[in-house]
Amino acid sequence: MAECHPVGFQWVMEAKARGAKVIHVDPRYTRTSALADMHVPLRAGSDIAFLGAIINYILSNDSYFREYVVAYTNAATIISEDFVDVDELDGVFSGYDPETGVYDMQSWGYEGMPEVSASSGEFPESHAGSDNSATQGDGDQDEKSQGETGAGHEMGGHGANLDHAQVHRDETLQHPRCVLQILKRHFARYTPEMVQETSGVSPEQFEQVCRAVVENSGRERTTAWVYSVGWTHHTVGVQYIRCAAIIQLLLGNMGRPGGGILALRGHASIQGSTDIPTLFNILPGYLPMPKVDAHASLKDYLETISSPEQKGFWTEADTYTVSLLKAYWGEAATAENDYCFDYIPRLSGDHGTYQTVMDMLADKIEGYLLLGQNPAVGSAHGKMQRLAMAKLKYLVVRDLNMIESATFWKDSPEIATGELATKDIATEVFFFPAAAHVEKDGTFTQTQRLLQWHHKAVAPPGDCRSELQFFFEVGRRMREKLADSKLSRDRPLLDLTWNYPTDEKGEPSADAVLREINGVHLSGEKAGQPLNSYTEMKADGSTSGGCWIYTGVYADGVNQAMRRKPRTEQGPVAPEWGWAWPANRRILYNRASADPAGKPWSERKAYIRWDADAGRWTGPDEVDFPVTTPPGYRPPPGTGGPKGLAGDDPFVMQGDGKGWLYAPTGLLDGPMPEHYEPHESPVSNPFHRQQASPTRQVFPRTDNLSAPSGAEPGAGVYPYVFTTYRLTEHHTAGGMSRWVPYLSELQPEFFCEVSPELAAERSLVNLGWATIVTPRTAIEARVLVTDRVVPLTVGGTTIHQIGLPYHWGVGGDALTSGDSANDLFGVTLDANVHIQETKVASCDIRPGRRPTGPALLDFVDNYRKRADITTETGNERRTPAGDQPEGAAVAGKKNS
Amino acid sequence: MTTSLPNPAVRTGWTDPPPRKGFFTDTSICIGCKACEVACKEWNHVPEDGLNLLGSSYDNTGSLGASTWRHVAFIEQPAFPGSGPATNASGTTGPATSVSAPRTRTSVDLGLPSFELPGAAASAGDRTEFRWLMSSDVCKHCTNAACLDVCPTGALFRTEFGTVVVQEDICNGCGYCVPACPYGVIERREGDRSVHNSGVAQKCTLCYDRIGEGQTPACAQACPTQSIQFGDVDELRERAAARVAALHADGVEQARLYGADPNDGVGGTGAMFLLLDEPEVYGLPPDPVVTTRDLPTMWRRAALAAATVLAGAAVSFLGRGSR
Repeated sequence: MAECHPVGFQWVMEAKARGAKVIHVDPRYTRTSALADMHVPLRAGSDIAFLGAIINYILSNDSYFREYVVAYTNAATIISEDFVDVDELDGVFSGYDPETGVYDMQSWGYEGMPEVSASSGEFPESHAGSDNSATQGDGDQDEKSQGETGAGHEMGGHGANLDHAQVHRDETLQHPRCVLQILKRHFARYTPEMVQETSGVSPEQFEQVCRAVVENSGRERTTAWVYSVGWTHHTVGVQYIRCAAIIQLLLGNMGRPGGGILALRGHASIQGSTDIPTLFNILPGYLPMPKVDAHASLKDYLETISSPEQKGFWTEADTYTVSLLKAYWGEAATAENDYCFDYIPRLSGDHGTYQTVMDMLADKIEGYLLLGQNPAVGSAHGKMQRLAMAKLKYLVVRDLNMIESATFWKDSPEIATGELATKDIATEVFFFPAAAHVEKDGTFTQTQRLLQWHHKAVAPPGDCRSELQFFFEVGRRMREKLADSKLSRDRPLLDLTWNYPTDEKGEPSADAVLREINGVHLSGEKAGQPLNSYTEMKADGSTSGGCWIYTGVYADGVNQAMRRKPRTEQGPVAPEWGWAWPANRRILYNRASADPAGKPWSERKAYIRWDADAGRWTGPDEVDFPVTTPPGYRPPPGTGGPKGLAGDDPFVMQGDGKGWLYAPTGLLDGPMPEHYEPHESPVSNPFHRQQASPTRQVFPRTDNLSAPSGAEPGAGVYPYVFTTYRLTEHHTAGGMSRWVPYLSELQPEFFCEVSPELAAERSLVNLGWATIVTPRTAIEARVLVTDRVVPLTVGGTTIHQIGLPYHWGVGGDALTSGDSANDLFGVTLDANVHIQETKVASCDIRPGRRPTGPALLDFVDNYRKRADITTETGNERRTPAGDQPEGAAVAGKKNS
Repeated sequence: MTTSLPNPAVRTGWTDPPPRKGFFTDTSICIGCKACEVACKEWNHVPEDGLNLLGSSYDNTGSLGASTWRHVAFIEQPAFPGSGPATNASGTTGPATSVSAPRTRTSVDLGLPSFELPGAAASAGDRTEFRWLMSSDVCKHCTNAACLDVCPTGALFRTEFGTVVVQEDICNGCGYCVPACPYGVIERREGDRSVHNSGVAQKCTLCYDRIGEGQTPACAQACPTQSIQFGDVDELRERAAARVAALHADGVEQARLYGADPNDGVGGTGAMFLLLDEPEVYGLPPDPVVTTRDLPTMWRRAALAAATVLAGAAVSFLGRGSR
């Protein structure tokens, strides 16, 4: 955090000054470790073993916050008797289909739930994971397999739904099939010894971490978990975060001050860019993108978001959706035409960034717009990215500098190797200089969901323009060209509300856009007035709103994000600094800060409480609960929506109102986290024979080869683990830092960090050169020998880890350039979210510079031959292939 | 802190000057982000001075100089071999707790360059007290400033805030100040005419142009953890003393102040530091002495010697005359 979020780290230092204990768990010894009370180095990619063992420690020592767990989580809920855990099925959960690599989730469900809600269409058989049909470099895929590939994103951002909330519970937590008992059995295998075997952390140090976390949780104290985006860069990344969620729920650290799981984002306003998404699979406010086969009408669509019988606020999704459609298409959106629901494009499959790149290689995509993104350096498998861009008809790059993604056609590594020749590249590249954040008005949304307005300080120089102006102009000009069109396909563009006041330079008013996002009353006596809360949204077309969770940012007609009342003039919650979604709520699920009867768990950690005299919840923050629902309220069976929330259901967005220790649905790779090795790992999975995640998305192509893992022959050719990371001095792929002299001189060159032991083993010399090789390519880096990198003992053998900052790329325009660490990775994805595994893989390292020109290709190829690599290598999802016990694959399926 | 530092501004003739200003750099909370280096260069138009990987931990600026007015040192302190049990008091490898653990060393490691690869002296198993020290260094703005004493043009002067500042339009680049500084801070800027202020002696001004307007110096303003604090020296001295006491109470026995002693060789400094180890570890002189301190004595001795020679000569003439 000190390394990548130094400004935010001041608050950790402040907490430390007040007595907080800071524990840093990271393969790398960073500037955070230097300031922490304890640094716990572990093997990259082994976090679930470590975190799972903490869960086991909590459960086996009865250290969980029992009252909280019984009342507020699904610990007591009984699970279907069809569920079978991994220890009985050789490393997979029940419902796994080895042919498709996909789980049928029926057996994971709550007892008493109907099989699959026919209306929801959320769990159809076609709910497939990844695609294995493309075995050739050309990535040829049929439409069906594409549809299957898309499955991971179909949940949108809203999580899974439940058909109803009538679950069976055993509040004594003794039923063998209640969640707590299942959890206990599942994590019993996660012992301190397994942590040592898997992660390389000593039992003593592990015990210290467990003690610190447990002792600092409960009624009087809370512990926070902070992770950065690196946690997500794994084939099992979602389950890493699930581990943290389980720990926090068991210890009662959710919905309470000082608790929670804090996700530090990769750069400014990434939170904002998921809220109002730049992602292909969601609409603003985490509404799912409609699908081509399932969502013919608005009604079909809304039914898949939530069942009317489930609890919580997702049952109001019709009001959010119709208000969004009214914001998009205004007058044209009417009840008769489903509020123009048909205008929204439908998903036909995975259109995530890596699928898109493979589609570019397959000549399926003509144009590509890059906005502040440098995939030639920042994305996994840089070569695939660059070769793909060379296949485009046109490429638009909007950035502050002439980044490598804009100049790949003349100076990429593939020009040097002869894989690309400038004269053969037909891609027309348009470069638009972009305005920096100080040159435009707008908001940043940070990880606390806080929107903070920034004012334009200076006008952008020269031809630099804001994204807002760029897109406004693109839309304006396209509409102009199509003005006379009679084609129905042009209606979505022509009917769009596209009127924003502009200044003398044509810059649209960001304030007006924020007001549109907030939403307004369209009819009635309040017509024209901004909405004050999303609860005012209507499904009858009488309100508009561009993103329901942001409604309230313009409450009372005031830009609430612009508020800057100093903390000295308000209480610690500081509700008058900026504005947090939803409803300016600073701590989510804060009903959980009080006990089931509505009293704070302790005065020290008091936050929200039930005021019986006033008949409402009260506290220093916005209450995250129906404000007049008393603690003792129990809804009549079958009541759905917000009224279906009992007085002790704090998790108001969950279908049963409870925090999920066990996810009965919604995750494609299992209801509970399970340790699988990274896609490439020199270590054999110590837990079972299933080496890597059986649901990870693999792409067995000739241009995406993988190293053998574990005990497989050839694994020793790539014996070392490497990980990538950032330095304080640079920003992601370098577009904002490698062109700045004052930053470039602070970290002027690409380097690799190795331990003195590895340096000795491979004759690496401090400040000398090293070549790092994977089955994709080889890169060179200067060597930094440092004690900060510690060899770990895992399974009796020494595992060396190599650290690589990923800021550099090959190009001619930056002040400092160098080989790109991300070129070393292939493309293998987490099934849930299509995020690439770029925090761990296998490599070899040797002293000296890499070969140049075509010799580089031979060099890499020789390594592959030594390891006997084919497209199949490392890509089997079920291991060992074809050696599973009879019936294991289908066990747990209903015998219907 | 019982004694306070004199305000050299009074001594230099300022009548009724404002309180002496300075820095207190608390290295125990420095996170090594180098925001101070960047902010300093941005504000003061100090040029980029070389894209050189130094292979010295995360430090690629090397030292203070004409174009580096703030410098963050990174010191990777390996374990102290033979320091007793493999784990410290709390059994962790964490640097902060290791600081708190009193240790018995068999040898003194001054952090000076060694001829071995970093860490080569200790095997992985011994490496239990590793710590990574970071500290932002700056001109000390000495109470008795040698650079100022030797400047023949008056380009270096004592401001009303008690700080020492170079006037770039007066400096003739003679360079007398460079060897005069006991800390090696001031330097002439190299480069041709295209380089801003080349040939002129350069160093931290304590943002004279900012503090005159009631603003905080750029480095202190940018520091995210308040490791660099700016203010009245008297007040900073109290803060620093309290911080050291607090760290001692937490068991960080090695915490000490540097530059806070009015009786040291430079009469105390306007920029003080809280260090977690010996000054040498951070590349700071343990006992700095104003290089002009002995000038009066030297002149007296030179005069005495000259007089003796003259007297001897006279005696010899006298003797000859008596023949």
